[in-house]
Amino acid sequence: MIRAVMVMNTLGKPRLTKFYDFQHVEQQQELIRRVYAVLCSRPENVSNFVEAESIFGPDTRLVYKHYATLYFVFVFDSSENELAMLDLIQVFVETLDKCFKNICELDIVFNYSKLHTILDEIIFGGQVLETSSTEVVKAVEEISKLESAANAIIPKSVSGWLSRST
Amino acid sequence: MAGTSIMDSLFQRTLEDLIKGLRLQLVGESAFVSKALEEIRREIKSTDPHTKSTALQKLTYLNSLHGVDMSWAAFHAVEVTSSARFHHKKIGYLAGLAVVPLRHRRNPPHHQPAPQGPHRRQRVRAIATILKIFSKYPDAVRVCFKRLVENLESSDLQTASAAVGVFCELTAKDPKSYLPLAPEFYRILVDSRNNWVLIKVLKIFAKLAPLEPRLAKRIVEPICEHMRRTGAKSLIFECIWTIVTSLSEYESAMKLAAANIREFLVDDDPNLKYLGLQALLVVAPKHLWVVLENKEVVIKSLSDVDYNIKLEALRLVMAMVSEDNVAEICRVLVNYALKSDPEFCNEILGSILSTCCSNVYEIISDFDWYVSLLGEISRIPHCQKGEEIESQLIDIGMRVKDGRPELIRVGRDLLIDPALLGNPFLHRILSAAAWVSGEYVKFSKNPFELVEALLQPRTSLLPPSIRAVYIQSVLKVLTFCVHSYLLPIEAVASSSSCSVDLEPGVTDSVSGTECPESTDSPTCEALADSEQGEGFNPRALNQSIEDLSTENGADTIVTHGQISSSYSFKKDCFTPGSIASLFDLIETSLGPLSGSHEVEIQERVRNVLGLIGLIQGEIRGCLVPKEGNIEKKELKASEVITMMHDAFSEDLGPVPLSAQEKVPIPDGIVLKENLSDLEEVCGDIQFPTSSLFSLGRPHSGERDGVAPFKSQNKEESEPSTESTSLLAEHRKRHGLYYLPSEKKDIISNDYPPANDHKLQDNVNDDAEDLVKLTEQSFLTKKKPNQARPRPVVVKLDEGDEVPIAAKRPESRDDLISGAVRDVLLGNEVMPSSSRSNPSDKSSSKRRGKEKINIDQPSELKEDLANVVKSELGNPNSRRSKHRTRGKERKHRSPGKNGEEREENGQDKQKSSHRHARVTWNHHLGKAAENLNYKAPCNILFWTLRVASVGRAFNALELAYIYNISRKMKQIDESSYLQAWVCISRTSNAF
Repeated sequence: MIRAVMVMNTLGKPRLTKFYDFQHVEQQQELIRRVYAVLCSRPENVSNFVEAESIFGPDTRLVYKHYATLYFVFVFDSSENELAMLDLIQVFVETLDKCFKNICELDIVFNYSKLHTILDEIIFGGQVLETSSTEVVKAVEEISKLESAANAIIPKSVSGWLSRST
Repeated sequence: MAGTSIMDSLFQRTLEDLIKGLRLQLVGESAFVSKALEEIRREIKSTDPHTKSTALQKLTYLNSLHGVDMSWAAFHAVEVTSSARFHHKKIGYLAGLAVVPLRHRRNPPHHQPAPQGPHRRQRVRAIATILKIFSKYPDAVRVCFKRLVENLESSDLQTASAAVGVFCELTAKDPKSYLPLAPEFYRILVDSRNNWVLIKVLKIFAKLAPLEPRLAKRIVEPICEHMRRTGAKSLIFECIWTIVTSLSEYESAMKLAAANIREFLVDDDPNLKYLGLQALLVVAPKHLWVVLENKEVVIKSLSDVDYNIKLEALRLVMAMVSEDNVAEICRVLVNYALKSDPEFCNEILGSILSTCCSNVYEIISDFDWYVSLLGEISRIPHCQKGEEIESQLIDIGMRVKDGRPELIRVGRDLLIDPALLGNPFLHRILSAAAWVSGEYVKFSKNPFELVEALLQPRTSLLPPSIRAVYIQSVLKVLTFCVHSYLLPIEAVASSSSCSVDLEPGVTDSVSGTECPESTDSPTCEALADSEQGEGFNPRALNQSIEDLSTENGADTIVTHGQISSSYSFKKDCFTPGSIASLFDLIETSLGPLSGSHEVEIQERVRNVLGLIGLIQGEIRGCLVPKEGNIEKKELKASEVITMMHDAFSEDLGPVPLSAQEKVPIPDGIVLKENLSDLEEVCGDIQFPTSSLFSLGRPHSGERDGVAPFKSQNKEESEPSTESTSLLAEHRKRHGLYYLPSEKKDIISNDYPPANDHKLQDNVNDDAEDLVKLTEQSFLTKKKPNQARPRPVVVKLDEGDEVPIAAKRPESRDDLISGAVRDVLLGNEVMPSSSRSNPSDKSSSKRRGKEKINIDQPSELKEDLANVVKSELGNPNSRRSKHRTRGKERKHRSPGKNGEEREENGQDKQKSSHRHARVTWNHHLGKAAENLNYKAPCNILFWTLRVASVGRAFNALELAYIYNISRKMKQIDESSYLQAWVCISRTSNAF
């Protein structure tokens, strides 16, 4: 299964983290720090795999991709194929690109919940659900329709909220 | 209340506001976050679901990206999930994921536990969830396992893929239970064209194939077919992986895999190269030819830019190492290490060290080369492997007798170089070098030089613990020098006896006694003589030593006239002048340290200085030699030095962790059930703190280290002789207790002895020595036909490595697989339910054809079938049926553990009977055993203190303690000396 998904920028600031095993907050922060320490020391144009057993315990692998100012990191175990995970990062990034039209770090910063919606369509409970970005985009659109439909009939609590859902 | 709620929701900051605020804040991030948190704490209590959910959303955000604790909000999260609105629910579940360990979590939004929902997406999600549900509630397997199996054959790709994924996870944990599903998986393997699904199925088969050879045979061809057909690297890699891990005995498949690995290796993509190297590493143990074919790529990869690739290449190079090429490969690697960055350099050195020492230096045949390699490695600038090198130097010293001269030489070179003292990474190595030069000083060409090196001013840079080792080594070298000076012939004989054959006559007399000290001590020869002559009289032994040894000394002068000539340099260098200057050197360098605040240093310094103070009066007195040896021997100093020298010159062997278990408990020791009254006995003694050393009379305590050898004080020197004689008496009477049992001896026959070549000659000898006996249990007899002249490496018959307790599968997994087996069996025996489903029927037919057995015995199946049949008509009996199954299961497959446990239990009962009289020995043994053998000095010392304070030990116990202490001498001689003191002191009591 997939153990964790992390997106962080090249300065080590986490932008999205999701741990599919329960981890305490301090532990999560520590893991993120250690992963960043490894990633930032790696030069360009080297392999995308990192030995992660010292960080995440036995039977774990880590694959990452570096896009512009962001690292996309997947941590997984021997039930997943390394190259397939690399492809999955690609699928994730492609989907983001489609949903946000030329994704940049700021999109990720400001669309926290949408990001989670997208990720949940691809990986659920550590299992890969969908590997086609078009399918994911479709599903995400459906969900946001559903959400705005639900929001439209909110009787009270008007301000801020409406502006947000549009 | 309502008012605040409205105000809150009107002016509440949304998540977006929060994020923007965080980016624009000027007060500092942590201050901003804590302010926001305050708001959230207020808002989350709101009754308005919207306000509440927004607050929760913000909190979740802060939790996941800013590490804010949100466990306090668990209940709020659950509350929000119960909201009717989809949006709120979603926020709630996201929060729930962060807060609540799954145990407490409910099923996520639109999923029911049974994956039968009409909507595709819903079903896929349910399948994905099911794994977690299974792991938390194994009973769920009974409810929905069949549906899950059905989903494997779903026409919808996504559903099937999710189901295969779940089985992949389940199989990884417990492959056996899923063998019956092999036909379904096989069909997917043959039919599916989806790479994701194929990869997962391949992973399942990689686990199943080793369990069932017939299955392996059937899947080889389809896998090769996929490998030839597909262009997807991920699938190719998975095929390679499956073949190399599970199907490596199929030659054609291996060849195909090897060809594909090669393609990966030469690819420009570093990822493929990396994975190719990883696959090679898996192949290496069974099919080294694949690695050798790609040798060039591997060696080249050592200098790759990518650290991962370098690392894999290094592992592969190490996999290629064999006895023939180890020197060559190490040479290449050391050169790489010199050029590499510090991190990789240490990686290289670490793997050289671990490969060479694996399986007790299996691949090393030339220890002189290896020891000098260790010396060379120590000097590599970035080397941080001090600890490993330290333990290997000491280990080789103890195990490989022929390696000692070279060890001494390497140690000397390291010690003598003042520059090395400045490098903290080398301190551990220097410590080992110092220990080696003290322990094996008899091989040294120039002991005086060693003392100078050990006392050079820059040793002040060493940490106290290592400096203590240095000082202890000085003590040993000093003892050796003085001994050689006072009793030159014996010293020469001793050093020659290790490498040069003795004259026949002497060999006989020495081996006749089977005495371990035969190598060097007059005591031993005295023992032999007294035995052959008027019979064994230990009390008389010490008195007779002097005369006898004098005679023997005279004898050996004659017999060894020629042999000792090669050692003439050594003999010549022990002149009165050199000894005097040695004393001066030691006194001037160590004098200032006798007031050191470090206990270890202070104590040892005082030991050394005390010894010098004890003997130098007499020795300086006769520095003008008058009549030669005879006069020297009459000195009290000679006696002291002889004893010290004997104590130090006995060889140490490696100690297995299980050593103490081999020593049977002697008859006649009645000791208490437990040590509960120990606390009363030792009162305020604190357990293993180092302050133990200053207990009681602090100052006299330090002097005690030398006390038994104080000749001017007759009362004090008396007990020491007495204890020696007691020990000897004990050896005579009870020596056999320390013999290993016959069986063990046979097992250990393969390995030759390290210390004594005459072991076999005289087994029946009565005067078997205590120490010898314990040695015998660790050392072993000579191998009759040794093919190569490889130096002898002492191996222990067992327990060289720490036994790794077999990891028991988690009980949860047991439960799942138990349930799965139930269901699968149920499929077969419950026709009423499975016939309704055509696909299931066909699958069970195929199952029959393949005849794949689960480990359930067939009678059990029948039993179950009977139970099921007899109870089918009665719906109320369902529960009882389950219970029967459960019981049966306990007795069968997972029951292995249970049975073992039962046996253990019985054993324990028995043994508790046997050990009703738990003995001191037992406790001491346990204490020593539980610690690795560098640490237990404190424990030993503590025990001895207790012993000497609390009550008198009887001779057996003393011998036992002595025995342990002997083995512990390895690093810390001072506690060894302390042991002597305690033994001598307590033996006054009887």
